[in-house]
Amino acid sequence: MAHIDENPLGIGLPLDPLPGHSSLGRLERVLRRGEFAVTAELNPPDSANPEDVYERAAIFSGWVDGINAVDASGANCHMSSVGICALLTRMGYAPIMQISCRDRNRIAIQGDVLGAAAMGVCNVLCLTGDGVQVGDQPGAKPVFDLDSMSLLETVRTMRDHARFLSGRKLTSPPKVFLGAAINPFAPPYDFRPHRLAKKIEAGAQFVQSQYCYDVPMFREYMQRVRDLGLHEKCFILVGVGPLASARAARWMRSNVPGVHIPDAVIERIEGAADQKKEGKQLCIDIINEVKEIEGISGIHVMAYRQEEYVAEIVHDSGVLRGRQPWKHEVGRSDALVVERLGHIRQGKEEHQQEMVEAAAHLPQPKAH
Amino acid sequence: MVDAVHKTDATTPIAKTAGNSTTPDNASPNRRTGRKYAVRLWVVRHSRFFEWFYGRFASAFLLLHPFWKFVGYQRAERPVAFVERHVKGLLFDCRMCGQCVLSSTGMSCPMNCPKQLRNGPCGGVRADGNCEVEPDMPCVWVQAWKGAGNMVHGDAILTVQEPVNQSLRGTSSWLRVTAAAAAARSAAKEKA
Repeated sequence: MAHIDENPLGIGLPLDPLPGHSSLGRLERVLRRGEFAVTAELNPPDSANPEDVYERAAIFSGWVDGINAVDASGANCHMSSVGICALLTRMGYAPIMQISCRDRNRIAIQGDVLGAAAMGVCNVLCLTGDGVQVGDQPGAKPVFDLDSMSLLETVRTMRDHARFLSGRKLTSPPKVFLGAAINPFAPPYDFRPHRLAKKIEAGAQFVQSQYCYDVPMFREYMQRVRDLGLHEKCFILVGVGPLASARAARWMRSNVPGVHIPDAVIERIEGAADQKKEGKQLCIDIINEVKEIEGISGIHVMAYRQEEYVAEIVHDSGVLRGRQPWKHEVGRSDALVVERLGHIRQGKEEHQQEMVEAAAHLPQPKAH
Repeated sequence: MVDAVHKTDATTPIAKTAGNSTTPDNASPNRRTGRKYAVRLWVVRHSRFFEWFYGRFASAFLLLHPFWKFVGYQRAERPVAFVERHVKGLLFDCRMCGQCVLSSTGMSCPMNCPKQLRNGPCGGVRADGNCEVEPDMPCVWVQAWKGAGNMVHGDAILTVQEPVNQSLRGTSSWLRVTAAAAAARSAAKEKA
């Protein structure tokens, strides 16, 4: 099926989403088409150099359906997610912008959602965020004005009702695909499926899970999710990632909030001659197990500082088999930028005085 | 040389307030004192009773509506808020957010969560059921889930709560609920 990528009334105008879709993004299309989605996490640079972002995104180019731009994950300061997303969309990548409630209040967040959507961001992942105490600046003020649930509702209100939380109207609502996070591996275990139901009620259309290293536990969770019928209301992506070594696994278990790694997994890696290789193999094995679980729509690969192995893991697990080829779409305002850049590249001399005179004598727009 | 040692430098990271013999035992980044959680946990264990009691208490407060109206809700605000702060402070470690949702959270006050989550536990809850941020504190939401299990209307924990209205912080939730109930009652009477 051919998709129309430009508004016939003008290239600068917003394009209507496909029937039943809330965004223009690739991730939503892939998921709705029933293909197994792959998303990955970009390691945010500690620099002001855009090339660092381009370089880190290039390794995911083409075969990843969404690149997560983290919002100071673990309360460690990095380049902002809005900034990363702006750079990624500029290069034609499809980012998933993470928003955490730890650092910004509702005023800042709503502004960022509009800004990001204007930059071409199609996916927003709503998170509560880690506490400030785990990060590099534990003296910071934790904001938590909204929580992940009310954040979802806020963005959904902006998208579906074209209004801010205050009720003030938006002239052009942000067309975004809404995501949330789940952690089936933390107590209270009985509450977790109900919490997913709450998130769906608040507007979540897809969810990405915390690192899954305990497949039996995840199966049990999914059983209860299916009993509640939630897998039909929301796309569930399982979080996976390679463990670099048994030592790294132990460190993660005790220092990263919400990560559950069973002893058996650590023992398996510890017993291997090449721990790094075994870590990758373990990740592939987990992907192969979880992709067969009913109600799983994709994987989310988080390979912190091992991003170069993500391609190998995805390839070896064969989750992209049978994929339809994909064509890059020209963004709706890209043509304007190209035109403008063309003018700039010509390097014409500009005489300010003449230009201001011309501008001053432009026909005044009529007051409405 | 002493100056050089004590000079604070903007590039020096602020360290966590913990760990050596000169820091007070209960210091924590969000200034919460390391109090005992016994009363709060006891209340959650008896959430069924408190649910019943709160129902009675709310009707009693509503019966007093003519009195509140006579005094004036605005004038009653300070003394009632004072009592509410101390009673609920003792029982629930109340933070006076001004929009109490205890009956929807298993009688475990969600404002005691360091992230002030009002819609369920975050993903960082420790395997022992304690808080990610404060390892000594039992997670407010693990307790809430337990408390809701005891209650008749425990299902209320499944409804999505609105974000906190920060402008109501410190005001009496009892009076607000009573005023709203009285208004709803008179509206229903007018309709009938």
